Amino acid sequence: MAKPQRMRLNVNGGHHIITVDPDMPLLYALRNDIGLNNPHFGCGLAQCGACTVHVNGKATRSCVTPVGSVKGKKIVTLTGLGTPEKPHPVQKAFLDEQVPQCGYCVNGWIMTAAEMLNKNPKLNDRQIREGLSGLKCRCGTHLAIHRAVKRAAKAMAS
Amino acid sequence: MTKMKSPQDFAFSRRDLMRGAGALVVTAAGTSVGGRKARAALGSKVKPALHPAELDSFIHIGADGKVTAFFGKMDMGQGVDVAISQIVAEELDVTYAKVTTLLSDTGTSVNQGGASGSFAIKRGGHAMRHIAAEARRVLVEEAAKQLGVKPMALRVDDGVVSVKGNPRKKISYAEILQGRYFNHKLKWNKKYGNRLFSRGPAKPKSYKEYKVVGKPYPRIDVAGKVYGTSDFVTDIKVPGMVHGRVIHPEKAGTKIKSVDASSIKHIKGAQVVRQKDFLAVVADTEWDAVQAARDLKVTWTPSPKPFTKQKDLYNHIRKARVIKKKLDTNKGDVDGAFKSAAKVIEAEFEFPFQSHASMGPACAVVDTTSNPVMLWTGSQKAHYTAEGVERILKLKPGSVRGIWVPGPGSYGRNDAGDAAMQAAVLSKAVGKPVRVQGMRHEGTAWDPKNPASVHRCRAALDAKGNVLAYEFMSKAFDRQNVRSNESKPRDNLAGQALGVKLKPRTFFRSPEDIYTMPARRLGWEVIPPFLDRYSPLRTSHLRDPIGPQIHFASDQFHDMLAEEAGLDPVEYRLKYLVSKRDRDLIEAVAKKSGWQKRVGPNKGERGNILRGRGIGYALRSGCRVAIVSEVEVNKKTGKIWARKFTVSHDCGLIINPDGLTRTIHGNVGMAVSRILHEEVNFDEEMVTSVDWVSYPIVESPDAPEDIDVVLINRPDKPAQGAGEGSTRPVSGAVANAFYDATGVRMMRAPLSVERVKAALAKAKA
Ligand code: FES
Ligand code: FES
Repeated sequence: MAKPQRMRLNVNGGHHIITVDPDMPLLYALRNDIGLNNPHFGCGLAQCGACTVHVNGKATRSCVTPVGSVKGKKIVTLTGLGTPEKPHPVQKAFLDEQVPQCGYCVNGWIMTAAEMLNKNPKLNDRQIREGLSGLKCRCGTHLAIHRAVKRAAKAMAS
Repeated sequence: MTKMKSPQDFAFSRRDLMRGAGALVVTAAGTSVGGRKARAALGSKVKPALHPAELDSFIHIGADGKVTAFFGKMDMGQGVDVAISQIVAEELDVTYAKVTTLLSDTGTSVNQGGASGSFAIKRGGHAMRHIAAEARRVLVEEAAKQLGVKPMALRVDDGVVSVKGNPRKKISYAEILQGRYFNHKLKWNKKYGNRLFSRGPAKPKSYKEYKVVGKPYPRIDVAGKVYGTSDFVTDIKVPGMVHGRVIHPEKAGTKIKSVDASSIKHIKGAQVVRQKDFLAVVADTEWDAVQAARDLKVTWTPSPKPFTKQKDLYNHIRKARVIKKKLDTNKGDVDGAFKSAAKVIEAEFEFPFQSHASMGPACAVVDTTSNPVMLWTGSQKAHYTAEGVERILKLKPGSVRGIWVPGPGSYGRNDAGDAAMQAAVLSKAVGKPVRVQGMRHEGTAWDPKNPASVHRCRAALDAKGNVLAYEFMSKAFDRQNVRSNESKPRDNLAGQALGVKLKPRTFFRSPEDIYTMPARRLGWEVIPPFLDRYSPLRTSHLRDPIGPQIHFASDQFHDMLAEEAGLDPVEYRLKYLVSKRDRDLIEAVAKKSGWQKRVGPNKGERGNILRGRGIGYALRSGCRVAIVSEVEVNKKTGKIWARKFTVSHDCGLIINPDGLTRTIHGNVGMAVSRILHEEVNFDEEMVTSVDWVSYPIVESPDAPEDIDVVLINRPDKPAQGAGEGSTRPVSGAVANAFYDATGVRMMRAPLSVERVKAALAKAKA
């Protein structure tokens, strides 16, 4: 256990001063010290994606990212990605397709798909299916996920 | 984002709600009805205590005319609350938008069994339909009194009761009740749980009058999940809350020899809680608790090696002592038919243990310092879970308020109830509110499993291949070594660690007796568990308990018999299914999928990718489902892509076709994962499936690209449970499609890459 450090995190455009073990995964800092519950603990092993946030625009698994390593970087969580008033196209598509069942996984799919389409929305079906591998959905909502991401891709490409 | 929640907050917000309602009463009392002052003749100012014989325990109509339904079941993302609101709106004759359904909370609803057995609509909806109809009857009767006409002369439009032909003579529900409670008794059947049924003399509407039921209203929880604005149980935070982590034995069946509490001295505030074989750490922050659990030095007794080697699992089942046997069906002269048969066909199928493996390890928060004791749980059966907490803490019935908050997925009996009991024991021990959550290996290795099984199928044929007798015998671990309801400490890990006396169940089940061969015998045998308590291989219900197992076997065996008789699998099923509802489904799925008729496998397939189609058909407690699976098998890699499914579905009256379609998609999506990928691995000492690498499930690139659903609505027939029915025929349909593609029968599930490669190599040799 490393000595607690005082650090400043830039999350969803706001600044947060926290004093924590720099080796602690970012996930716990976001959930418990900053009070942002969007990323979830699914595996803690970078195997499921439930904890995904964007760090400098890149989809990152916060469960294996030491909080000390993201000082000074731009962190965005699901609530920072978009809001009901100003949704990210991927969020809007997930709502329109009524994707989530339990919804515990959905943060990972949205944050990962958002980064993928932000970079390049002109993806074919195959690229979308492959691009989302490594994420888990135990409820088996993959069909709706694919429909939603295709819908968002279309909206973003046009 | 984080909401601080305490029982006080809850009590306050609820009282506030009531006070708000009261404030509105004052205003409402002043409104005039048809030129007269309304009189608050109906009901009482005080809410009668929660009870299944009280109308107010199920339905409340506020002074603003808004309706709240209190439902003692939960929703795991299939829109149960929407469907219940539709049923209530329909019977009350109010618009859907006026109704909100509150789910499982022992403080607001009676125990209707939680989510279980796909009974939300079939049983729960049935009760709510009668109760809402009774509420309407009471209100219309009162309106008749106030308007000076006979009830028959009245009509109701969106909560406004008016005289037929004289719409100006009217009074609204809100005006009748003025924020008061019905204080009206129902006739209750004296049962709790799924079987709870209460009603009054009112008769529900005929389906011919339905305006709200049958319409595709969207789910209401989706936006909160997509924008990250709603809470999961994992997000509950209570002032003063600390974090607990349970330490499970390293190897199954081992006991604690010693605990070195000094090994976590470096973590400030971390402490060890030990009661008999229950061991845990508690710390101020989650990260501290995670590290304390990781660092705590525990010495365990040597492993008793309770399990067989995994490769011997099915032989173990075959040879094991039978502790219970039952024939669910025994019709005609089965033995005689086998004696006189021209040919006997036999096959045995095997199905592994599978893990619930919910998306996140279970979590619960318990606060024993408050009155009532508070429980926040993701369990499907919060009422029973609250009873479990009462029992494990030796509290009086009614001393725990259990609130269901959406958890990380649940499909039967996962680890949620275990977390609740652990949090309860820890909260009591440290005198603070405690949050418990496991790590991934606990969610996968230590959650309840579905039972592994062997299925022996036999058929006696005449010279033409007609089936004279059909026998289907399962031999398996019990399906509920721990009950799916968590109300007894003996069915929970914490209770078992504390040494409570066990009372395991012995139960399995056969496929439904739907095929009409002249003689049929369908039955099962249950064998003892490997380890009777605190077992990582303890069994319980996982989505469509035992369905994937028995239909992996029976649908494949029926296809074998079809081929033997020179029949196409669809033809064969139509030959032996006589009920119109069964036949309609088979015909519908064949038509919609463009079924290609053929006897035996698809011999025309060449090249590296082999294509096939297969059918499965199941009746599951009233819900009928036919499924055609289309697969592509990669000969080189052994990979099966279950590309497309066509589903025809008859669950009687459909409440919400959109919700139903998505429920079917989810069933198929999860069932594909189970038949192609899932198998709990173990060695003689422990379960070795501990994460998503050692327990793989379906991923995006391999998921079906289409699930085409044909809903057959039978509005004149009672609504049946659809939560799990469409899981059932998937395993057999996929295995039959694989056979069609390759000519190889898979006798053992799952159809994993390694197993497929081996089977294809063996067939070639
Ligand atoms: S929780 Fe981080 S990838 Fe699973
Ligand atoms: S919606 Fe439940 S895990 Fe994906």
